[in-house]
Amino acid sequence: MEEPAITEDLVAGHGLKPDEYATILQIIGRAPTFTELGIFSAMWNEHCSYKSSKKWLRTLPTTGPQVICGPGENAGVVDIGDNQAVIFKMESHNHPSYIEPYQGAATGVGGILRDVFTMGARPIAAMNALSFGEPSHPKTKRLVSGVVEGVGGYGNAFGVPTVGGEVRFHRAYNGNCLVNAFAAGLADADKIFYSAASGVGMPVVYLGAKTGRDGVGGATMASAEFDDTIEEKRPTVQVGDPFTEKRLLEACLELMATGAVISIQDMGAAGLTCSAVEMGDKGGLGVRLNLDAVPQRETGMTAYEMMLSESQERMLMVLRPEKEAEAKAIFDKWDLDFAIVGETIAEDRFLIVHGNETKADLPLSKLSSTAPEYDRPWVPTPAPTQYRRDTDVIQMDPIEALKALIGSPNYARKQWVWEQYDSQVMADTVRTPGLGAGIVRVHDTGKMLAFTSDVTPRYVEANPVEGGKQAVAEAFRNLCAVGATPLAATDNLNFGNPEKPEIMGQLVGAIKGIGEACEALDMPIVSGNVSLYNETDGTGILPTPTIGAVGLIAAPSDLIAGVAQDGDLLLLVGTTEGHLGQSALLAEAFGREEGDAPRVDLAAERRNGEFVRQNSALIRAATDLSDGGLALAAFEMADAAGTGVTLADASIPTLFGEDQARYLLACAPSDLDALTAAATKAGVPLSHVGHFGGKALKFGDKSAPMADLSHLYRTAFEAAVG
Amino acid sequence: MKAAVLVFPGSNCDRDLAVAFRNAGFQVDMVWHKDSDLPANVDIVGVPGGFSFGDYLRCGAIAARSPITSALRSHVERGGYAIGICNGFQVLLETGLLPGALMRNAGLKFICKPVVLDVATADSDFTRGYKLGQTVTFPVAHHDGNYTTDEATLARLKGEDRVAFRYAQDVNGSVDRIAGILSENRRVLGLMPHPERAADPALGPADGRALFAALAATRVAA
Repeated sequence: MEEPAITEDLVAGHGLKPDEYATILQIIGRAPTFTELGIFSAMWNEHCSYKSSKKWLRTLPTTGPQVICGPGENAGVVDIGDNQAVIFKMESHNHPSYIEPYQGAATGVGGILRDVFTMGARPIAAMNALSFGEPSHPKTKRLVSGVVEGVGGYGNAFGVPTVGGEVRFHRAYNGNCLVNAFAAGLADADKIFYSAASGVGMPVVYLGAKTGRDGVGGATMASAEFDDTIEEKRPTVQVGDPFTEKRLLEACLELMATGAVISIQDMGAAGLTCSAVEMGDKGGLGVRLNLDAVPQRETGMTAYEMMLSESQERMLMVLRPEKEAEAKAIFDKWDLDFAIVGETIAEDRFLIVHGNETKADLPLSKLSSTAPEYDRPWVPTPAPTQYRRDTDVIQMDPIEALKALIGSPNYARKQWVWEQYDSQVMADTVRTPGLGAGIVRVHDTGKMLAFTSDVTPRYVEANPVEGGKQAVAEAFRNLCAVGATPLAATDNLNFGNPEKPEIMGQLVGAIKGIGEACEALDMPIVSGNVSLYNETDGTGILPTPTIGAVGLIAAPSDLIAGVAQDGDLLLLVGTTEGHLGQSALLAEAFGREEGDAPRVDLAAERRNGEFVRQNSALIRAATDLSDGGLALAAFEMADAAGTGVTLADASIPTLFGEDQARYLLACAPSDLDALTAAATKAGVPLSHVGHFGGKALKFGDKSAPMADLSHLYRTAFEAAVG
Repeated sequence: MKAAVLVFPGSNCDRDLAVAFRNAGFQVDMVWHKDSDLPANVDIVGVPGGFSFGDYLRCGAIAARSPITSALRSHVERGGYAIGICNGFQVLLETGLLPGALMRNAGLKFICKPVVLDVATADSDFTRGYKLGQTVTFPVAHHDGNYTTDEATLARLKGEDRVAFRYAQDVNGSVDRIAGILSENRRVLGLMPHPERAADPALGPADGRALFAALAATRVAA
């Protein structure tokens, strides 16, 4: 087949800047072939190379006694005792999901599950953090229904419980939705599989679905802004097959148990190219691939297409040659295609042969080690003006204020979403989605793992540093509120175009805040993903650094997962100043996004979180206070318990302020004294703010029937976007 | 008591069902779909939930033609017990071991939530642990749980007291709110809700335990 000539336009079309192309010429001392240009474009795009963010990501805390493997592999690995490890990561599939919501979201889930089981772990929990445009925007409903169906369609069939996540709506996502998929798996701590190849002349084995033309150039597409040609990009979106993924999981775990696997890498972004380079580079080896041997779904595929295809459900591994028969028997059992497509070589070469022709011959180590890295210019986000309390807000009826929140799809109950996800498959789910962290039991043990994903993009936009801290702090609180000890976190950083200094400033600020909080709260970042260029026609999203976090509940007695009972007292942990800047109330009831993000006191976060955890025996139910403050938290607890609630104070700043480091606890009246004594001893502010019971919600002398509020809360989401 | 749990490549509730059987005192063997024989002296065969063959073609249709399904058929014809849950119910319908069909949910969406069921008969070795008319809560998790059958079969199912569970309220559009049915000899149960997910008090309400306990207490005549 005739290959196109390498022209300036072709280079630009591959997302390579002139200086990047000059580097390529320098590295190889000649013009690249078409296939080689594709390989460079795949390795050097933002999605694969982290070229704009690397400098700042290095500043994040990534180590700790609990960390077995931090960033750099397919997922982070964290010790949970008893020679067991939890392996997890969060990754975005934003661009493809906006173009083709069902398949974009489905393959996002598939990709993150593969990242986890590639390391030898059986996936045990999934979450999804989704951001969409305004409910009234013409595209929103289709995106919501397609993305939710895609997440469910893949995860349900694969058989992993989806136990948490977030769904938000904001006009800043009208042109770019966000789909951040999280998965966690369980493995023996001494049986983790890595990507580094070792040994010369070892067979490189391809396993899984056949290679087609789907997703060619997907990673490059995901590294660019959108414009009005977006519909033409549909062919760059991959198509998912969870049935194949399920078989791939089982086959990989069986194969790993035989000792045949030297190294393994899933084929995700930029498929065969990235996976082969990764294995060779980490192992200090070269790789020779014979593309004639690659299982192909379509005829007449070129080397370029095969190297850049993002067909799903594929793995690349280096196997011990003496175990070949054993391996083949496993692949046959699961009816999966497999082929020996190459071998490891001693020379530093990435050699691609197709139809007896050399299509690419590149110095392998240079492909990632010389990938561009930018110190992009950035400007700090200007300090926001302080929100000054005004009478419109302060004098609002608190019941009406609550209705403005629970009647908005942002804060309404989202069972419309999570009932489309199987949250209980594997029969270890202790807490399904709906209120705070999801919890699954570690199979056959009394241990449990808690999962949460959090960020408040309004805060990050107003104040990236405090907003970044707050995302980590909220995740920390959601874990402590169920009695879990926070272990570690994964960050999924979604931002606009990093070539704009103010966007780069948001990224730099958020990473600074995340790093400080992770350090102070002992939650190292063990994996993550960066998604930039979330812009359409020059308009960017709200900066959205999603934090996924995992906590350990070492014994059933540590768990806090009850519901409040009639007569229980409401205790507020933490200090309330009534911070209304950037609050949910301002945004939902007044359409105003004003003021600064709430300040995060990391010492108070840590102290208050430890207090909640250490007093689990005295606490019937707990929730963290975040968006919507005390009022929304009290209502949600009452709704979950099917009872009424009374709060003595009816002032708007007290009820709806979003001060941090706070929790709301339900306890039996008989436990009040013990909790108060414990709080005094720990130096934790604790106040008795109300009680549960009756059939009404009462804020001071204002009241409304709980049944009416619950009806609104439980129907508003579907009414808006269902 | 000895149970065999069938494993198709896309089964994903096979382990869950095995755990529920074991906790009720069964000895459990997992049986791969390409096998053509069940282990000797199996009392009950469990056909688990999941997506046996990705739900391609029709849910359960390909699994109904797997080698192991012939062995399941012989086992049932000999009077052996079988339970099919969710996708397993779909497989039992596709094999013809139970009558009727499951269509896409009336709401066209996947539904995962706990649902309240009326125990419609206590006269079976599956439901003997419940009282007629008692309500139990099991989770559902399915896209295609909308049970349908022709008028004559429906009349027969009702006339022969073969409806085992009914949804207390409509969940998926099933005719007569049917959630589970029994075979003519009352030894094969197919149901969409998941009793095996409601069989461990550590995870919440455990109404499903009584079903496995009743089975374990059954003295097998076959």
